[in-house]
Amino acid sequence: MRVMIVSLLAGLSMAGAALANGLAPLEPGEDMPGGTATHAKVINRDAFSHFSANMSFAKEMDFKVGNGFFRRLWVTAPSSTKAADGLGPLFNARACQNCHLKDGRGHVPAEGEEGVSMFLRLSIPPQTNDQKTAIAQGRANIVPEPTYGGQLQNFAIAGHAAEGRMTIRYQDIPVALSGGEKASLRQPSYAISDLGYGPLHPQTLISPRVAPPMIGLGLLEAIAEESLIARADPDDKDGDGISGRAKMIWGQEEGRLMLGRFGWKGGNPTVKQQSADAFNGDIGLSNPLFPANSGDCTGAQKACLEAPHGGDDQYSGFEVPANVLDLVTFYSRNLAVPKRRDASDPQVLRGKLVFTESGCALCHTPSHKTAQRADMPEQSEQLIWPYTDLLLHDMGDGLADNRPEGMASGSEWKTPPLWGIGLTQVVSSHSQLLHDGRARNTLEAILWHGGEAKTARDKVVSMPKTDRAALIRFVNSL
Amino acid sequence: MKRFVMVAASAAVLLGTGQAGAAGVDKKAVLTTYADIAHAKYEDSLIAAKRLKVAVDALVAAPGAETLAAAKAAWIAARVPYQQSEAFRFGNASVDEWEGKVNAWPLDEGLIDYVNADTYGTESGENPLYTANIIAHPKLKVGGKSVNAGKIDKKLLGKMHEAGGVEANVTTGYHAIEFMLWGQDTNGTGPGAGNRPASDFDTKACTGGNCDRRAAYLLTATGLLVDDLKTMVDGWGAKGKIRAKLLKGKPDTGIATIVTGLGSLSYGELAGERMKLGLMLHDPEEEHDCFSDNTHNSHFYDAKGIQNVYLGKYTRTDGSEVKGPALADLVAAKDPALDGDMKAKLDTTMAAMGVLVKTAEGGEVYDQMIGAGNSAGNAKVQAAIDALVAQTRSLEKAVAVLALGEVKFEGSDSLDNPSAIGK
Repeated sequence: MRVMIVSLLAGLSMAGAALANGLAPLEPGEDMPGGTATHAKVINRDAFSHFSANMSFAKEMDFKVGNGFFRRLWVTAPSSTKAADGLGPLFNARACQNCHLKDGRGHVPAEGEEGVSMFLRLSIPPQTNDQKTAIAQGRANIVPEPTYGGQLQNFAIAGHAAEGRMTIRYQDIPVALSGGEKASLRQPSYAISDLGYGPLHPQTLISPRVAPPMIGLGLLEAIAEESLIARADPDDKDGDGISGRAKMIWGQEEGRLMLGRFGWKGGNPTVKQQSADAFNGDIGLSNPLFPANSGDCTGAQKACLEAPHGGDDQYSGFEVPANVLDLVTFYSRNLAVPKRRDASDPQVLRGKLVFTESGCALCHTPSHKTAQRADMPEQSEQLIWPYTDLLLHDMGDGLADNRPEGMASGSEWKTPPLWGIGLTQVVSSHSQLLHDGRARNTLEAILWHGGEAKTARDKVVSMPKTDRAALIRFVNSL
Repeated sequence: MKRFVMVAASAAVLLGTGQAGAAGVDKKAVLTTYADIAHAKYEDSLIAAKRLKVAVDALVAAPGAETLAAAKAAWIAARVPYQQSEAFRFGNASVDEWEGKVNAWPLDEGLIDYVNADTYGTESGENPLYTANIIAHPKLKVGGKSVNAGKIDKKLLGKMHEAGGVEANVTTGYHAIEFMLWGQDTNGTGPGAGNRPASDFDTKACTGGNCDRRAAYLLTATGLLVDDLKTMVDGWGAKGKIRAKLLKGKPDTGIATIVTGLGSLSYGELAGERMKLGLMLHDPEEEHDCFSDNTHNSHFYDAKGIQNVYLGKYTRTDGSEVKGPALADLVAAKDPALDGDMKAKLDTTMAAMGVLVKTAEGGEVYDQMIGAGNSAGNAKVQAAIDALVAQTRSLEKAVAVLALGEVKFEGSDSLDNPSAIGK
């Protein structure tokens, strides 16, 4: 307690001095973005793979076993390893970890490389009134493409055709910044080649997605839903130019509409449902929430539907039984956010002030307090610093995928958390950002912001370049 | 209570360690013993790795059944002190950071050398290096970029370790060397380990192709292991940085380091990742020393390392002893019954691990014990898991008795209790 008072006082005195210098104050706890769950281990490529620091020894076993399933390579059924067969028949990866490399951010495939940690989501606009109603009510996110389903699987088990390959072309767009600085954005365009199952529906909508980093997911889940929804301002009643809509989607286990917190457009409300969805869509594994043994195979892919599966009776008919899904969920909830390295650096604090004054913090809400959750002691009642409001915002034409998902429009995206963003290079050996990795660094990611964020983006373009540098330094310090 | 404290204190004096204060045992002395044991274990590991290097040199110079058997024996001997050192890994960040180069597991062996496609499979198209076979390919592609693998040296192996961010892309350490010596275990949960012929290293009568590159790989990986172990010996030596950090910090932080190492190895790593997962999956691929079928020893000496760190008494490879005041004495000074309970739990674990070793030596090795349908074997493994869980529960009581709870979670420069800030 005494230590805390001292640090509070230090914080206050710094705040007084700081404002005079044009620096934001260092706030108590901001260097520990995940509260007491934050890890303070060595910063290296394993920085996103540590468990919540406040976890008991007893839970470490579940974490490690969960990690075992997370890295587990699933194999084609039938195999001698009954507990880990049932891959596909269509899949994007054989293991969770093959997309979430080092539990970090995925990347755009290098030239000549198969896409793994990035794929295309597919859908068609709702065709019937029932479909429209289901989406409007939050009971469904999309209507799957009739032949290929909800995503393009670019791998298949032996004897089956892969669905096709994502191709990407980039076009450079120069951007002039104040102070004579220049930037160049790469505008992607996507297509699908080598279609394995005939032509796509003429109205097919595609949306590229990169695997997001895995840290802090349980903490985001533990923020009280009402406090997040209270921040929504769909009609911009306060006139700040920022709306913020709560994406509501059906919680399958909970049996009610819930805030969609996970996925680039808030497709799933809980870590468990997100994990179950990924098991089914990405690896082709049935589980209690997504029971199709054939994953994303459609009625038009008969051989795929009829292929042997791994849903053995000894595992209650699922390829991923309830206990395994729970272990992976527990693991995913407890990947700790790293401690910040240089939160008190003057340039970082200058950047923090610029971040707030430019309006970035209107959506990238710096801190939240998590609720008390009896089932999630590591995440309960923590002061956390994720820099997100977990709401949907119109991000303009430049970023639009023009593929609505549930209540999210074709130009809306959920504000992604910024914690850990500066460690992308360390953990993942690249610095690609945004839903499809088009931004090659933090500045490019900022410059892609449009729509509701255009005012903030324009300020960054025109501000003194030392402030721009400070802003980027701040974001990369998170 | 007081009486027990005095007993513990005088015991410490009798051991010749001195400095037993009012609290019973000097924490600095406990930390010194801990560092001494660490140093001894890494030094024993280094000595054993150098013997392995000699044996590997002999194998490459004259490949034959005898030199191969000698190299395998040297590898198994090298595991004995190293596994006991794992008790130091989780508490000490610099050990944990280093460990990945030395004991990374599991590994996709197809990255290193030829594999049997029937049992290994080729379908992991999304790990482009799953069957990259460094030994057969002087040119490789990683993430779309060309890598010159013309010369197999320490630099190349370091570069390819975890290539593409895939953790199973392991190119260095004990398990890479193990794969080089034994080859792939294609027997599943049936009897038999890997069975690589010595002629795989014979440049004159080569089997498996590229024997010169395979020999270079084995020599390089073994040399790297020696280098890496040297780093740890230095770190824990009299002037080593790891020792200095431990001894210069707050004594309770150091004691918490010891406890974290023992608890995390017992519970998460050994009972969880290395045992329970494999048992749930009944899969030989989840066996820790899967090529050599040495997993029973690997687990046994992990547990042994936990026990001898708690007791502060390590018997070196040469038979000499390193001992001094230890965590056991600290716990005994506060709560002798708990110390007794902890010691009994550690003994139970060793007995359960002993059953695994005995079963393996009797011809039923670890991957057979975890096989589906082998209920007797499964039960033996489960008993060892249960014992590890039980000893960790006692260790958690020790954390409470020693009032280390807050120490373990300390970390913020600006905050001790975040939930109080909002109020």
